[in-house]
Amino acid sequence: MSDTIEVATIPITVDFSGGLEMLFDNQRRHSVSLPAVDSGGKPADIAFLISHLCEKLMKDPRAELFVLDSHIRPGILVLINDADWELEGEEDYKIQPRDNILFVSTLHGG
Amino acid sequence: MEEDTGDRPSTNGTASTVANPTANGCSRRLDDDEFERYSRQMIVPGMGKEGQLRLINSRVLIIGAGGLGCPASMYIAGAGVGTIGIIDGDVVEISNLHRQIGHATFRIGLKKVDSLIQHLMGLNHLPKYIPYPFHLTPQNAADIISQYDLVMDCTDNPATRYLISDICVLLRKPLVSAASIQKSGQLIVLNCPPAPQGSLTPGCAPCYRCCFKKPPPPSSMVSCGEAGVMGPVVGMMGVAQAGEAIKILASALHMPPQSPTDPPERNLHQPTLLIYTYDLESAVGPYSFRALKMGGRKKNCFACGENSTLTLEGIKTGNPDYVQFCSAPTSNVNLPPEERITAAAYHAAKERGELPGHILLDTREKEHFSFGSIEGAVNVPFGKLLMKAAAIKRDGGAASEILPPAESGKGDAPIFVVCRRGVDSQETVEKLKELGLDDQGKRKIVDIIGGMRAWKEEVDPSFPFI
Repeated sequence: MSDTIEVATIPITVDFSGGLEMLFDNQRRHSVSLPAVDSGGKPADIAFLISHLCEKLMKDPRAELFVLDSHIRPGILVLINDADWELEGEEDYKIQPRDNILFVSTLHGG
Repeated sequence: MEEDTGDRPSTNGTASTVANPTANGCSRRLDDDEFERYSRQMIVPGMGKEGQLRLINSRVLIIGAGGLGCPASMYIAGAGVGTIGIIDGDVVEISNLHRQIGHATFRIGLKKVDSLIQHLMGLNHLPKYIPYPFHLTPQNAADIISQYDLVMDCTDNPATRYLISDICVLLRKPLVSAASIQKSGQLIVLNCPPAPQGSLTPGCAPCYRCCFKKPPPPSSMVSCGEAGVMGPVVGMMGVAQAGEAIKILASALHMPPQSPTDPPERNLHQPTLLIYTYDLESAVGPYSFRALKMGGRKKNCFACGENSTLTLEGIKTGNPDYVQFCSAPTSNVNLPPEERITAAAYHAAKERGELPGHILLDTREKEHFSFGSIEGAVNVPFGKLLMKAAAIKRDGGAASEILPPAESGKGDAPIFVVCRRGVDSQETVEKLKELGLDDQGKRKIVDIIGGMRAWKEEVDPSFPFI
């Protein structure tokens, strides 16, 4: 057994696509150990994941390309296990172990 | 002879019934040229002569004759869709040709619609081609789109994308939409089968606004001209678009179910967004293609939802305002005149020897910088510069660390900043001042107005500006 873990975490993968990977060290896939509860003791949801990513994972200071008024900025889709987050409860969806969360910015070129 | 809407096959009995001799054009014989030409697709299970006749009797509008529209229209024409409208106001440029493969080097300068139709005529002379050598506008959109059975969005800007979707909702046209930039592509079939505006029957297909409620802020958007695009990536999306359109028309998926024996999933498909990611650093992998499950029609959708007030009349008279909707205010930096200089004035001052020992920062991406730069310029890409600035602020390093090592020891040497078109450079000046690099105004930090584009125009016409 490993050492006692003080903060329980949820292992998930987070993917960025459509250019958002640029804000995260140009890496498209990240393995993230998300604290199971937020600072208020609430189970980790998507809203918490977004603030966690901004604080811990984002390498680029242009946070406004990812969040706007502490919500995900317009033009970014959030997919929970390949389904639009609107089908899953949006920001309130409770993160489960081994979830795959994909952030993809909508494209307009052609 | 002009075909009438009465030709639509679906209004004439079930897909599987024996051909009805009165079904205008849908049960006619194929002539020899058609028979030979379309034989290899007609023998594909599910297609048949019936599917082919449906294609021949269909009218498709392709909006945009660029990186998506070229490959899309080639397969649409090859497959034998009977009437093909193409709309685009641009002319062919040499920088289009790596991806816009329906054009040609000897047609540079021609209207894209004319160039593309020339190519398509060579491929298949049977369809009727209708050129619209201008851009789609809120004023002309409904009149044009109403002439077609299916619309393909091959455009390159969000304002037109929302306009097309809104008109398709109101005129009840299926829409096959794709987009691509750099190394990514997206594809989605919308409004198929179309349902009346406001109808909330379960299973109603979404429109563009249901899936993409708001456009991204303009500051986060770049065009293919700025960010670049790989030909096969945008091509793949255009080809996939044609594939979807052919399927919808040949199988009449945009029509209500025609027979109780039709399988229930026939046209109640799960709305799906296909994304393609092309990685220049690795071979094709498990996440190159992803099919993402999207929701159906949104109750509160601005265009197709329950209380929508969107009308064709309104759109024509400027309501909603698509340009404004897609151009939220951007953060603009307002530098005083003494912190800005034209490219010509900078060049002249340098030639006169008035700028000994100055630093010239070029904040373009390294790919752009690699094609050429002003003599003596050092490259610090804008994104990296912002990252460094944030790190210095956070960890409390010296402001001069933001400059490349060779330049950081140059005391109070004036700093000039140039970028591609003169926007990032202003923000850079602002950032450097914020870090205190201007030594309370004692050290000059100056933006070169208009960036390298202005340099090419004002100083060096031979400069390889990309």
